[in-house]
Amino acid sequence: MADIETKLNSGIPEGPLAEKWTNYKSHVRVVNPNNKRKLDIIVVGTGLAGASAAATLGELGYNVKVFCISDSPRRAHSIAAQGGINAAKNYQNDNDSVYRLFYDTIKGGDYRAREANVYRLAEVSNLIIDKCVAQGVPFAREYGGLLANRSFGGAQVSRTFYARGQTGQQLLLGAYASLNRQIAAGKVKSYVRREMLDLVVIDGKARGIICRNLVTGEIERYGAHAVVLATGGYGNTYFLSTNAMNCNCSAALQCYRKGAYFANPCFVQIHPTCIPVHGEQQSKLTLMSESLRNDGRIWVPKKLEDVEKLRKKQIKPSQIPEEDRDYYLERRYPAFGNLVPRDVASRAAKERCDAGYGVNETGLAVFLDFAEPIKRLGRKVIEERYGNLFQMYEKITDVNPYEEPMQIFPAIHYTMGGIWVDYSLMTTIPGLYALGEANFSDHGGNRLGASALMQGLADGYYVLPYTIGDYLSHEILTPKIDTNHPAFKEAEDAVKAKIEKVFKVKGSQPVDALHKKLGNIMWEYVGMARNEAGLKKALGLIEEVRKEYETDVKVPGENNEFNQELEKAVRFGDFLDMAKLITLDALNRGESCGGHFREESQTEEGEAKRDDEHYMYVSAWEYRGEKEEPALHKEPLNYEEVKLSTRNYKD
Amino acid sequence: MFLLVFVALHLALNLAAVVSADLYRQACEFMDTNILVKIMVPVLALGFIVHILFSIFVEFKNWTGRPAEMRYAVPCKTKVSSWASKNMFVLGVIVVLFLVLHFTHFWMHMQLQSFLGKEGTDPYQLVVNTFSNPVICVLYIVWFAAIYFHISHGFWSAFQSIGLNNSKWLPRLQFLAKLYAICVFLGFTLIPVYFLCCKCCCCAGSC
Amino acid sequence: MKFTLKIWRQKNAKAKGRFETYQVEGISPDTSFLEMLDILNEKLVREGKEPVAFDHDCREGICGMCSLYVNGRAHGPDDDVTTCQLHCRKFHDGDTITIEPWRSAAFPVIKDLVVNRGAFDQILQAGGFINIGGIVPDANAIPISKVDADESMDAAACIGCGACVATCKNGSAMLFVAARVSSLAKLPQGRVEAARRAKAMVAKMDELGFGACSNTQACEAECPKGVSIAHIARLNREFLLAKVQD
Repeated sequence: MADIETKLNSGIPEGPLAEKWTNYKSHVRVVNPNNKRKLDIIVVGTGLAGASAAATLGELGYNVKVFCISDSPRRAHSIAAQGGINAAKNYQNDNDSVYRLFYDTIKGGDYRAREANVYRLAEVSNLIIDKCVAQGVPFAREYGGLLANRSFGGAQVSRTFYARGQTGQQLLLGAYASLNRQIAAGKVKSYVRREMLDLVVIDGKARGIICRNLVTGEIERYGAHAVVLATGGYGNTYFLSTNAMNCNCSAALQCYRKGAYFANPCFVQIHPTCIPVHGEQQSKLTLMSESLRNDGRIWVPKKLEDVEKLRKKQIKPSQIPEEDRDYYLERRYPAFGNLVPRDVASRAAKERCDAGYGVNETGLAVFLDFAEPIKRLGRKVIEERYGNLFQMYEKITDVNPYEEPMQIFPAIHYTMGGIWVDYSLMTTIPGLYALGEANFSDHGGNRLGASALMQGLADGYYVLPYTIGDYLSHEILTPKIDTNHPAFKEAEDAVKAKIEKVFKVKGSQPVDALHKKLGNIMWEYVGMARNEAGLKKALGLIEEVRKEYETDVKVPGENNEFNQELEKAVRFGDFLDMAKLITLDALNRGESCGGHFREESQTEEGEAKRDDEHYMYVSAWEYRGEKEEPALHKEPLNYEEVKLSTRNYKD
Repeated sequence: MFLLVFVALHLALNLAAVVSADLYRQACEFMDTNILVKIMVPVLALGFIVHILFSIFVEFKNWTGRPAEMRYAVPCKTKVSSWASKNMFVLGVIVVLFLVLHFTHFWMHMQLQSFLGKEGTDPYQLVVNTFSNPVICVLYIVWFAAIYFHISHGFWSAFQSIGLNNSKWLPRLQFLAKLYAICVFLGFTLIPVYFLCCKCCCCAGSC
Repeated sequence: MKFTLKIWRQKNAKAKGRFETYQVEGISPDTSFLEMLDILNEKLVREGKEPVAFDHDCREGICGMCSLYVNGRAHGPDDDVTTCQLHCRKFHDGDTITIEPWRSAAFPVIKDLVVNRGAFDQILQAGGFINIGGIVPDANAIPISKVDADESMDAAACIGCGACVATCKNGSAMLFVAARVSSLAKLPQGRVEAARRAKAMVAKMDELGFGACSNTQACEAECPKGVSIAHIARLNREFLLAKVQD
């Protein structure tokens, strides 16, 4: 593995932390309205980041083309975010501030995020709430008519705004409404059921994309002066995750192959409160919102004999007396209790299950109990707060959570890693931007709850619209991008060849069967706990699956039609490369940090041990060809404002 | 809405016949000469025609909303508010067909004659004669049943369609609709039944 | 569990479709309905046959992508769920299950069980938004009563799946349109252009070939998010008032 010590230019503005964004905005170039009309921008993806960016860019006067793989922009997976969105409004008068939100996010990210980016995020968080309310997002309110808040993991203040358990849906519908407004105004053109399969780079600049029309199978070319990637994360590499079935990393990975560096791929978030796996036929995991940890208490039995009885269904969990329950999060982390960050909660659950206290048939589940809060607050209050989540749980498991505790287990949920971007959200390819989960910039090694929505909307509404102007101000003389340029043809031919290749194999295994194999390898060796031997083994196993994919995959049907198996097969090739990248990065990062836990690096109590001396950098991977290993670039992290410390959620 | 008021008025007047022959004659006389009624008759006719034309238009639109070649293979099993709600058009057609029959029995002999300036038949005698035929009585009762179903949905549906409804009022309106429809059905049914029974009694007496 | 599946197969929008019968066995009652279709598809692929195309994405009942008219009901026999949250335990071992696509003139079939619901996007583009941009007032500047905010949220819960259209005997989109109109009409921010919005969205809905509402309440019964027809009453009110004002 090549290790290049280049200093990536993160373009962080000069000046004190709190003034950086203001300074940047003051000095950055803008494009006048007449010139905006001449400039085209492509936005790929219509989640919170993509939809908000496309809408805002359209509003500013650019010509925007927006692409999504679903039948409508509103289907993007941001819609499934349940709990809420953070903002430093301090409406509760509980001493919240921009600085505190910034500090919590940096600390929650285990000191692997850029200070300047995170501070900016905290700064614009308040504007997001204003914007959403103005769009008609029906946030929860108090009887007095003002906005209500709740607490989330990793914070000691109440700063999370929410709309029942459907905050992501409501925020996305808000962004989608803004998008519709621009579509109606003719500033944005929406392309649905289109999958981006390649990025077109001309003279080193991103100038367009190649898409497959998922209905007709046609390969289409689209040109623009800049391309914005908002295609989400790569969690589905693990097959089972809380991501939607169609979430994939193909667009991002193709940009990586075209020269965009991929940063911190090993930082994968494992969410502690998901419904446990029930069997081999399972297709995806369902998240139960982190907000449940506001009131719910997590426990396993203290006695192994109770565990045995539970597994044999001889007793019900509610029958286990209070003194025989181990509320292990409250025991280990008294200060934060059930509201420790996600990575900590997930590992604690794994620790108990590894010790044999897992409560379901597979031994891979812990309880999330509402008996005490129901008694304290009454069923009606709990129903008001979590009603739809409880209903969802019952529909899936056939267990009534008002009577018996829920069973939960960690699952892959979010990826902090992503395309490397500088302060302006531009990737290492000029003119290519990455937003939201698709980039790596704001969450470091671990994302706090209710921060993904915040980041997606911050990037789309308030960051990119300012920063992209700086780049485009140099492009006002560039004519409309001609899609007959040889670079488009070359990219189109490559895409066609790739599709033909998977058809040609004519093997015996459906894509999903291979994907499940890959998922098992990743969960086993590159999951919640990783070690050198396991990671090396994983690299070998991934190559074995790749061989099967190249020689034995079976894709039925034809290219020139609606063909879901083909879509999956093409995406799977990218998941394989992604799996390798995650594993390489995990192998390189010899410390335990955030969502990345290396067994070699832990304290005697089994807590994660960070190694600031050797690993205080962003690892950015450069693609160097199909046969070559990627090269590692390191962007050192400098902390000027925050004093580094070991994350402590005990006291 | 407007048709609902008409039905209520019609019922009230008709019930007069059950009370006494003179009262009914007075009522008919009143309806024949009152100026307000004279104005309202064309309005009613127009309203009724609009109602019919509009429902034909809507029904056509609804057919095109899911054309014949797109019908489901398995009939819909969704619980709907009532059987009537899915069959309003058919019920409406039945109501209109019987209405034609009804017109030949009464309207042609009463209102039309009066309109032409001729002397109409004695209304009370007309009622007695018409309902002396048990077949006609049965047909009328079938008609009233169709009206019952049509109104039991149409009553609250009318409120809903002009927006005078919400979650609280929905069950109340639906209850009122049922109540109103039952009153209309029972009220109207009483008339043929009463006259038919009367006749039977008379017959029995004379024999 | 074992099922006989009668599934609508249609190669593309222009082709003529027909039902095909398949068998699946060894299904766990805890398997979701779509996972059962995954199993069928995996089997079909292994047998060299074309798998059944169906729309799905989040599989947790919120994205609105899944559809399917199962045994005569939109989203299948369970109440208040989308097809992805329907589980095989709701059926009996050995059942014959008939699966059809949504049927509406405004939702043409793309392939097998996949339909084009682009008409919904078009309706919302006609006016399902608040015309604001740029920098806006502070979020707490306008207090909104909890009751109104809650009612707005009840309507905003709509996921745009199209079950209302699919189950309505008239193929009407009134519940969908009403959900958006009502949600915005309940908030002071949305009141400003409530009249314009109601008119524009209704006009677009009529233009796209959806049927009219005859108040059968079927939409409400099948709506996986329990959106009430009271919102249709509000839409009617907004619409009539707007028309009267003209």
